[in-house]
Amino acid sequence: MMEITLTHYLVLSTVLFMIGLIGVMRRKNLLMLFFATEILLNSVNIALVAISHFYGDFTGQMFAFFIIAIAASEVAVGLGLLVLWFKRFNTIDLDNMTQMKG
Amino acid sequence: MFEFLAFYLFAFLTIAMFYITVTTSHSLYALTALAAGMIFISAFYFMLNADFMGVVQLIVYAGAVMALYSFGMMFFDTTRELHEKKTSSVVVFTLAIMATLITVAMIAAPVIGGNIEAYNPIIEGVGNSQQIGLVLFTKYLVPFEVAAVMLLVAMIAGIVMAGKKMDDSYSELSEEEIDAKEAEVVA
Repeated sequence: MMEITLTHYLVLSTVLFMIGLIGVMRRKNLLMLFFATEILLNSVNIALVAISHFYGDFTGQMFAFFIIAIAASEVAVGLGLLVLWFKRFNTIDLDNMTQMKG
Repeated sequence: MFEFLAFYLFAFLTIAMFYITVTTSHSLYALTALAAGMIFISAFYFMLNADFMGVVQLIVYAGAVMALYSFGMMFFDTTRELHEKKTSSVVVFTLAIMATLITVAMIAAPVIGGNIEAYNPIIEGVGNSQQIGLVLFTKYLVPFEVAAVMLLVAMIAGIVMAGKKMDDSYSELSEEEIDAKEAEVVA
């Protein structure tokens, strides 16, 4: 009972992923959507590193490492686009982005 | 005992911080709570003997990414409250829980079913950072280089899109102005 096993970490990662998904679905502000995406990426990282530790395999940590690199570039490009959008339309609300009529 | 306490303390703190991030209607609170959550997550990495990942988490997430976000927020009006149309929270919660459980089941089923063999086994008695270096610069050298190029591309893209001093930045012009400029170049 007092031992922390892989299941503990996986449950924690699941809960965090759930919070991130709730954020993605509930939020209408684009910046808040970005924050929710960061939560998703972090929860997966926890699961990867935990599995890497408990199975004695290094691959999980390598994948988490590359996920961090991808998250950093996503933020750089995404924020640039967001700033552009805000300059042009003065809002970053998701509901105002429905110009493309499909 | 110590690990038990630490795990539950940091799990509670992380979940609380991320919950605040997702629910608060003030973007500055969301940013601070997210930064705190990132720092608490690095504690898990240290507990899992992944020291290098913990330090990278602190430097890249709590340092660089959060700094980028706070710089980005200077462009937006962050003092006013966010007015968001509220969607039905029951639907959202149900969907989120279902989607998460399906994803976890999909990923966890092969892990439980098959017996996994370590592809890059962790060697006892060798430092974490040392081993990261060994694996990264032998088996993952090409992805590492590609990630470096990707970061460079992302940096240039960020500068081009958000840069103010570039007076001829196409990204800031309207469609008509871009057309006029192109006509000028052609003529």
